[in-house]
Amino acid sequence: MSDDESQSRVAIGISFGNSYSSIASTNNDGNTIVIANEDGDRQIPSMLSYVSGEEFHGQQAKSQLVRNPTNTVAYFRDFIGQDFKSIDPTPCSGSAHPKAGSDGATFNIKDTEEDSENTRTISEITTRHLKRLQTSASDYLGKGVNAAVITVPTNFTDKQKEALTASAKEAGIEVLQYIHEPVSAVLAYDARPDAKLSDKIVVVVDIGGIRTDVTVIASRGGLYSILATAHDYDVSGAQFDQALMDHFAKEFIKKHKTDPREDKRALAKLKLESEAVKKALSIGTNASFSVESLVSGIDFTSTINRTRFELIGNKYFASISRLALSAVEKAGLDPLDVSEIICSGGSSHTPKVARSLQSAFPEGIPVLAPATSPTSLNPSELAVRGAAIQASLISEFETEDIDQSTHPMVTAAPHLGKAIGILSISGDESSGVFRPLVEAHTPVPVRRTAQIAVPREGGDVLIKICEGVSQIKVSTPAPQPKAEKKDDEDEDSDEDDSEDEPEEVRERVWKAETVLSEAALRGVKKGAKVEVQLDVAADLSVRVTLRQVGDKGGKGLIGNIKGSAKENGHAS
Amino acid sequence: MATITISLPLPVLPEGWTAEKDFKAVGEVSAATNRSIEPVGPHFLAHARRKRHRRTFSEDDRIQAQENVKSVEDQDAGEISEPEDQVMLQREAKDWKGQDHYAVLGITKYRWRATEDQIKRAHRKKVLKHHPDKKAAAGGTEDDQFFKCIQKATEVLSDPVRRRQYDSVDEAADVEPPTKKQTQKGNFYKLWGPVFAAESRFSKIQPVPQLGNDKSTKEEVDEFYNFWYNFDSWRSFEYLDEDVPDDNESRDQRRHMERKNLNARKKRKTEDSARLRKLVDDALALDERIKKFRQEEHARKNKKRLEREAEQKKAAEDAAKAKEEEAKKQAEKDAAEKAGKADAKKAKEQAKNAVKKNKRVIRGAVKDANYFATSGDASASQIDGALNDVDLLISKQDPDELAAWTAKLDGKKDAVIIKQIFDEEVKTLKDAGKIKDGELKTL
Repeated sequence: MSDDESQSRVAIGISFGNSYSSIASTNNDGNTIVIANEDGDRQIPSMLSYVSGEEFHGQQAKSQLVRNPTNTVAYFRDFIGQDFKSIDPTPCSGSAHPKAGSDGATFNIKDTEEDSENTRTISEITTRHLKRLQTSASDYLGKGVNAAVITVPTNFTDKQKEALTASAKEAGIEVLQYIHEPVSAVLAYDARPDAKLSDKIVVVVDIGGIRTDVTVIASRGGLYSILATAHDYDVSGAQFDQALMDHFAKEFIKKHKTDPREDKRALAKLKLESEAVKKALSIGTNASFSVESLVSGIDFTSTINRTRFELIGNKYFASISRLALSAVEKAGLDPLDVSEIICSGGSSHTPKVARSLQSAFPEGIPVLAPATSPTSLNPSELAVRGAAIQASLISEFETEDIDQSTHPMVTAAPHLGKAIGILSISGDESSGVFRPLVEAHTPVPVRRTAQIAVPREGGDVLIKICEGVSQIKVSTPAPQPKAEKKDDEDEDSDEDDSEDEPEEVRERVWKAETVLSEAALRGVKKGAKVEVQLDVAADLSVRVTLRQVGDKGGKGLIGNIKGSAKENGHAS
Repeated sequence: MATITISLPLPVLPEGWTAEKDFKAVGEVSAATNRSIEPVGPHFLAHARRKRHRRTFSEDDRIQAQENVKSVEDQDAGEISEPEDQVMLQREAKDWKGQDHYAVLGITKYRWRATEDQIKRAHRKKVLKHHPDKKAAAGGTEDDQFFKCIQKATEVLSDPVRRRQYDSVDEAADVEPPTKKQTQKGNFYKLWGPVFAAESRFSKIQPVPQLGNDKSTKEEVDEFYNFWYNFDSWRSFEYLDEDVPDDNESRDQRRHMERKNLNARKKRKTEDSARLRKLVDDALALDERIKKFRQEEHARKNKKRLEREAEQKKAAEDAAKAKEEEAKKQAEKDAAEKAGKADAKKAKEQAKNAVKKNKRVIRGAVKDANYFATSGDASASQIDGALNDVDLLISKQDPDELAAWTAKLDGKKDAVIIKQIFDEEVKTLKDAGKIKDGELKTL
């Protein structure tokens, strides 16, 4: 009876970050649940600490950073599968230091009861960490977890993936698939029951503990393609903590004339408390900082308000916005092309991050973060949610099936260089209004259907399929229709809509280019609608199907536009 | 993707616009960029399905629609919708031990095969129907007996230990072994197969070898009966305990009951083992394959013996044949020898005759040559001497040389030529050292 169950696959989603990891699973009702570990944490610090042979994990390990830093391993995710010379050991300054091993980084830690140091490779550490995550998930689900979808950054190499797969296998986890963190975040949002499927350009800003990644993703009918990525290892949650640490350290110096940053233990305490204060400031406007016996037995208590924090951290917030804008530019897009910005990663809780992004991008682009959008999901959980959804989608599949489906043969697809749409109002390219049916960056084959109104009195209509490009029209203010989008340079002008000072108005307009086909549909009834269906095949041939909506007779019209598949084109 | 709605009207067809079939392709789609789609999300799965099976959008829609319909049907089939027996609905909850838990939950077609999920779903469905609040709302009595039965059934079946105890004594899941009479009509495999399939649920070792059919090999059949004679059953009989010890009884009383129960369980277990053994015995006795294998074995042994005999016979035959052949050969050889001797004799005689003839010719030739007399008639001594010499010459020559010599002389009448020929002969014989000077008087 229970034999079948033990053999079947129980898959979860794992988000394995440098600072925190999360686990999630999708239940039978299709709801994704982020699983809390034994300590009740949903964000589990990716740390392991050893005290006389006993292993501490997660938050318990994190608190060991003060007392037992040399036997605490932290921030090791990016080291997996890397040569020692290509890793950046800076984040590990407060924990066990990585050493050069024969195969990548190793840590010298006392992880047994004996008082001797053992050399543990990065893969062993990873295995132990994953094993703990697996145990937590198994305890919650009541059945042994044996498979997982793991999220990785977009620049995770194949070698790193291989190393992680090996470590996971060691821990008894079959890695079903690796998915990219930003894509996972988009999936988490798209999997909401009220989400509508649409063509959009999404910028995912993932602000983690020790790195920040920006990814520009084209989401076309639920298919995601990465257009550009940008990574920054210098701006991250750790920097926010650092800003707070410096602030409190200065305050302490003012009072007690000693610098707590000079003492290792005090520094660790300062760091832990600063992180807690940062989190508190994401929720409330005031937070108190208190550390017992910071330096030489002196207790230190202070308070800080959010504005102050935003002031001292402003340069970091601004640089995140710049990074996001540069990624959009790298993708060959204008900020106006962006449909939404998703803030992901723990540091996205900081309200100012979202708000500075909101002001850096043109007005009206939604920023999905707790501070700017009440319906947003918890940014810390986005990646793991996406992974859990993906895990539930593919857990039934054979491993071979998954491999085949994720093979470049299937994933590589030509993406349209220009939008394909239809001309309304006038048949002339210059005076007609172009409406896109298939946007640029859409992978082919693709099928889109549109219903278009006909002239009031009906009759014969011309259907002209064109290619179009979006252009940015810059104009000095004249009364514009509501759809216009303003690009305000200074952030303070939110309140008073500066009607008085002439300001540049940037607008996104469509311009029809090459005409692909012309067709006529005769005798359309008054008030009827015409349905146009475009089927773009992989060889770029287009099949156009036209019919009057509700017309049951065979009055439809099918036309083909020959394709010109070329291997390497370029995006417009 | 949902249909896009564009509210701006389409342009009116210009005057005089015509095209074949009202459609005219003008341009081509501009070049595309190759990128990789992130293999994530339900829509990617659809994309991968289309691409891997080379389906178009409409084909895929159609196939998916079909599959969806099927999966709904499957789910329906898995749903629990068995008619409820009126007698069962009247059951009192306190008699729960006697109730068929699977029947109460309406999953009799699964029984011990029912998964935990099926039991949960069955329970939920039954609860929705039989909840006392629902009955009260429908104006019925506040009779919650059957609801309690449902709860009890779920309690038993959702606990793996208790469920196993119940499954151990769930006779409704048993298949009665067929009688000997039934089996003898044929259908051995059809009748006995389900019996063993049902019994195999008690095995600690899974999977259990099944009865198979008349094509099963000897190994399979042997394995089957060996397995069933060494059957390791998890079946236990706690569920049938008559008295369950209670806390408010005295310790002695409890111990007494426990002992009683234990004995009863042991007895039942022994009975069950005996029952199973008899069952396997019966099956073995009726199994046609065993007879077949025995016959085959017998046939194989006989075959060996027959082969040996055949071999011996063949060897004897071979020996006789060889002997006969030898005799025949010998006879042939003798005949040949005989014939050879006769021939030789004949040849000798012929040769003798030839020599005689030759000698005659030579002597004749001497006569023709006038006995080598130089002039006039030869004197008697001359004749005598010449003839003696000729005889000597003849005796020194073998028949072949003699023949050659005769051939030379043949037809020669001239005394000079004959003399010459004789001189040559004498010379060759001298050269060969066969005669010495002085031996010949006339020549």
